[in-house]
Amino acid sequence: MPSERSQTMPESVVVSAHSLGKRYQIWTHSRPTSLSDKLDHLVGAVRPRRNPERPRREAIWALEDVTFDVRRGEVLGIIGPNGAGKSTLLSILARITEPTTGHAEIHGRVSSLLEVGTGFHPELSGRDNIFLNGAILGMSRREVEEKYDEIVEFSGVRDFIDMPVKRYSSGMFVRLGFAVAAHLDPEILLLDEVLAVGDRAFQEKCLARISEIVHSGRAVIFVSHDVASVARLCDRGLVLNSGRVVFDGAVDEAVAAYLSSTPLGVDANAAVDREGTGELRVDRIAVASAQGDGVVRAESPAEIFVALRGSWTGRTEPLRLQLGIHSTFGGMHVLFSTDYDPSHPLDTPELGDGSVVVCHVDELPLKPGRYTVSATIERAGGEIVDRVGDKGFFTILPSDYFGTGIFAGDTHSAPVLVRHHWEVLPPAGAVVGVEVGEAIG
Amino acid sequence: MSASIEAGTLERSSPTILIRPTSGPIPPRLKELWAYRELFLILVWRDIKVRYAQTKLGFAWMIFQPLALLLVYTFAFSHLARVTIPGIPYPVFALAGLTLWIYASRAVFTGSESLVANITIVTKTSAPRILLPLAANISVIVDFLVTMVLYFVIAALYGFFPTWRIVFAVPLLFATFILALGLSLFLSATNVRYRDVGQALPFLMTLWFFLSPVAYQLQTPGLSWETIVQAANPMVGLILAFRWALLDTPAPHGLLVAALLESAVIFVLGIVRFAHAERTLADDA
Repeated sequence: MPSERSQTMPESVVVSAHSLGKRYQIWTHSRPTSLSDKLDHLVGAVRPRRNPERPRREAIWALEDVTFDVRRGEVLGIIGPNGAGKSTLLSILARITEPTTGHAEIHGRVSSLLEVGTGFHPELSGRDNIFLNGAILGMSRREVEEKYDEIVEFSGVRDFIDMPVKRYSSGMFVRLGFAVAAHLDPEILLLDEVLAVGDRAFQEKCLARISEIVHSGRAVIFVSHDVASVARLCDRGLVLNSGRVVFDGAVDEAVAAYLSSTPLGVDANAAVDREGTGELRVDRIAVASAQGDGVVRAESPAEIFVALRGSWTGRTEPLRLQLGIHSTFGGMHVLFSTDYDPSHPLDTPELGDGSVVVCHVDELPLKPGRYTVSATIERAGGEIVDRVGDKGFFTILPSDYFGTGIFAGDTHSAPVLVRHHWEVLPPAGAVVGVEVGEAIG
Repeated sequence: MSASIEAGTLERSSPTILIRPTSGPIPPRLKELWAYRELFLILVWRDIKVRYAQTKLGFAWMIFQPLALLLVYTFAFSHLARVTIPGIPYPVFALAGLTLWIYASRAVFTGSESLVANITIVTKTSAPRILLPLAANISVIVDFLVTMVLYFVIAALYGFFPTWRIVFAVPLLFATFILALGLSLFLSATNVRYRDVGQALPFLMTLWFFLSPVAYQLQTPGLSWETIVQAANPMVGLILAFRWALLDTPAPHGLLVAALLESAVIFVLGIVRFAHAERTLADDA
């Protein structure tokens, strides 16, 4: 049956991967203890070194038995922690590297966008690089000529287009690179992490453009550890872990599956400072940022996800779930509550034992520092059912939140950053509530 | 209704790509190379443009390098070591060999570095990798033409003008191109995994330079161990033949035959090595 796959494949399936596997041969000095160790070795040890300790050759399966189909018009997001095999999978589909086992079929014109501005030469002008990059991405010269104005318009660097790109800021560089890629016209698009670049405003523009591409009937495979953009862009999610598919289904469930499986999840059962009646309990708390995994680090205004796995059965009356964000100096700075979500997220029959509840925080404008998350299950009347303090750590990195060229929050202890602006009014018309002189007097 | 059927047929005609494990060397896929001809031309154009347009002195630099070498060799070999060439002024003699040597050494250098210098094209796109060393080697021909102009000017100043034999310069350039391309393919593929190639290359090229009769004349050959060394070095036959085409010096006959055979063998070895390495280039990078 699998061998007749290509004949029996439904017409709308444009990408079909069957049992894909990828083995890397690596040289090692000591036995790696984890996959991430192994991948470290992979990076560091592709070149055999002379060493008194005899190097051994080892086989690492970066990908194992990965099977899935993508239909026309479908947007598949592939998520998973670092080293899960996401990029390897995309490299195989993009024909950069071959699989060791299995096979895949792709029906239609493919473009792969694995990096923004591939092949850009710093000495060449923006104009020259558009043609160069276009050719590298597989566009014909005529195609680039036709779209040239649109590309320049989209990039917003028209005034600098004849300047060598080595004089561009990194933001301009990335914008130009994305602008070329955004004008590809494939039937199947393979996308890797390219959104994690540029300033926030441009990222929004990219997202809008990508969702335009996505909703024009193309098939898209989007690889990212940026859970947020996967959740926004994709209909379907495939979760990879240690090279294997651990989940394939609706994107919300995929995100929840990924977040609850992340090693960052803290076992809340071990909490010492626990309060409440204990009928319902939070088992695990995981925090993920839109920027990455491994360590949750993000810049303000951070987009984060907090996932809670718990035992929810036995609830008999309306509940609310609350998350508090605390700084390591103590004190709760921000509170999130299911009461503040008009869709009443907890009033669903799907909430059962082992369910994961995810709180998606769009913007968390905090000053740089380490923060912890507490979780509370409360009855409507305010009685605490379960309360777990200070679980789930994340770090907010220094950033130029206000666009002033300096890191925000360096000079004060107030934790929340709120965008605002100042004005100076001419003396004649200025009537300010209280005369300062009077106030003192 | 019929329109949608037509659309369906159109869709069916779109290409199907089968991705599966393969083994053995990947032979050059000429059809695919043809499909990527525009990228190839742009890469050649980029290499030339970067060299000439990047610095204001780009063009002057191309002239200055061979000229400076020529002055040093003239001083060292003609004035200090008293090398004399019967009937030919030393600068003309040396430059006739230098043009081809500079071409070969630049082609091997840029060709060997071509994959490492463009590693993102290897690791982030599926463009045929062989385009990179090929484009690097082709772009160096422009440099060669510039040094040839320099040669013609200097030779004319000394009263030397090309004869009909100059037409043989073209096939000799082609043979040198094949030799340099073979080495570039071999070394560029190796360089991705073992960056030591880039370290060793300048040293090896210097050795090769002194083993080739660029700045000096070969002693009239009797059959000795020296002949074997000369026959083993394809640049000997090529430079002697090139000088014959430009200056009517004695033809190298046997040495040229050896050089042509060796160039062909090195080219084939380069292709084979590249074909074996191509599959794992992205993994090794």
